Amino acid sequence: MKLLRDTWLIFERSLLLTLRNPAWLVLGLMQPILYLVLFGPLLKSVASAPGFPGGGSWNVFVPGLLVQIALFSGGFVGFSLVAQLRYGVVERFRVTPMSRTAMLLGMSLRDVVVLVSQALILIVVAIPFGLTVDAYGLAVTIAILIALGLTLAPTSYVIALQLRSEDALAQFINAVAVPMLLLSGILLPMSLAPGWLGTLATADPLLHAVEAIRAVFTGRPTDPAVPLGLALFAGLAVLALLGARRAFGRAVA
Amino acid sequence: MDHLVEFPGPMIETHDLRRTFKGRGGAVEAVRGIDLRVERGQIFGFLGPNGAGKTTTLRMLATLLPPTAGEARVAGVDLVREPQRVRERIGYVAQGGGTDPAVTGRAELIIQSRLYGMSRAAATARAAEVLAALQLDSAGDRPAGTYSGGMRRRLDLGLGLVHRPSLLFLDEPTTGLDPQARANLWDEIRSLQHGGTTVFMTTHYLEEADALCDRLAIIDHGLIVAEDTPAALKREVAGEVVTLGMSGSPDGPGSLEAARALAEAQPYVREVVPDDGVIRLYVDHGETALPALLRLLDGAGLPPQRVGLAQASLDDVFLRKTGRSLRDEAAA
Repeated sequence: MKLLRDTWLIFERSLLLTLRNPAWLVLGLMQPILYLVLFGPLLKSVASAPGFPGGGSWNVFVPGLLVQIALFSGGFVGFSLVAQLRYGVVERFRVTPMSRTAMLLGMSLRDVVVLVSQALILIVVAIPFGLTVDAYGLAVTIAILIALGLTLAPTSYVIALQLRSEDALAQFINAVAVPMLLLSGILLPMSLAPGWLGTLATADPLLHAVEAIRAVFTGRPTDPAVPLGLALFAGLAVLALLGARRAFGRAVA
Repeated sequence: MDHLVEFPGPMIETHDLRRTFKGRGGAVEAVRGIDLRVERGQIFGFLGPNGAGKTTTLRMLATLLPPTAGEARVAGVDLVREPQRVRERIGYVAQGGGTDPAVTGRAELIIQSRLYGMSRAAATARAAEVLAALQLDSAGDRPAGTYSGGMRRRLDLGLGLVHRPSLLFLDEPTTGLDPQARANLWDEIRSLQHGGTTVFMTTHYLEEADALCDRLAIIDHGLIVAEDTPAALKREVAGEVVTLGMSGSPDGPGSLEAARALAEAQPYVREVVPDDGVIRLYVDHGETALPALLRLLDGAGLPPQRVGLAQASLDDVFLRKTGRSLRDEAAA
């Protein structure tokens, strides 16, 4: 099928381009690893505070870092599109019979592969610190990260198509990502939050991703947060992909 | 993917093709009704000042921009109804090219071929063939970012023709190239024509239009103002051009205007066009007109500071049709 074939071609090209410049991958992992090493140990004594979930401080903390990777890794992929637009590569592809949707899918697929690889590396690095994982928890985590990637990457591409400038894109992402990050309970669980902040946080979709992954990591596999997080991001991913498909079809490079 | 698909009719045929852009200040009619006919096997040149609608027309014909109104058949296919089938038959090389500096020329050619449906093996073979034909084989495995301007342009051309299109669109193909690289690219474009490909190109360079193109169209304010062979266009303008630079004040508005009025009244002067501080007089026989003009202006107390006599060139055609000089456009 043409769409699958074209998607694969774009995926292959995008992944090779990413691997040719692995600095981005390393930088993307650097920050969460710093948090793990320099911030994580502080949580050990905080973990006994009232309201802090049980299950071990590492198992509470690492799910937040995984979502943080997704936010930055997925959010910033628009930069690669801005560069491809400027080089004229997007226009060159648009004159070929290639499917426009394939361009979106191929690039987003690359982003998901990058995200899942980074997440697995972080999990492996965190195990010596005291993180414990089981197969079920890992499967749910990867599923949520895939859905999260397929929500954030297409959104980032649509914004890149609109802004077409690295500077504007960086400012936009910072303006949106920081409040989303703070409200998602990545660093400290929102169970510690006063009422108003907790209520505000439920409006942040990232909170539900963190909560779902945290549930499977802290021995609550049947917690309703798990199906909620999965369903929410499956839905958001479909919406983001459909919206981005329209934007890619219309965009004049 | 067959070489040069069969279809009846010309390679490009447009009828009342239009494009309007909606901006903040209201709608802008960039292209206001273009009728074009490009026969197969031609190198067709498209000239026009910046902002005349040249690139907009090219982008519409290359399926990058949907027309607001009008009809067009490109390579035998209805442009508006079946842009996807048009894309299979055309190649397009943008002015700025379209390569990622981190990707090798070979890898770009392979993915381009594969996007046109070739298998991996066929694409690899085709990439090697194109690299060899464009004398890029030794640079094929280097990132495109390391190429010289001329090499990059040859790669862009290669990307436009990997799938052996019937029709190739080139937007300012030699802009920014040194004379050697330009001549080299002209040879490539001519050899494409010998292979049966029709070329539709825009250019700012007169000598390029003159040397390369079988036919030319001049577009201004969104309309075609002239279309013919380069020779016929030049014939239409007149035999020779007398250039007069007037003395007096450097800008010399007074003496320039007076000289212009005087010259315009002479029966042997066909037309007078002001051009950046000088006036250009179109005459049939320069060798008799020039002394007559000098006597006339001297007698009127308007001795010219400089005079020139030259064969009418394409630039004169352009100047007469658009009121602007293509040389200024090229410098812009």
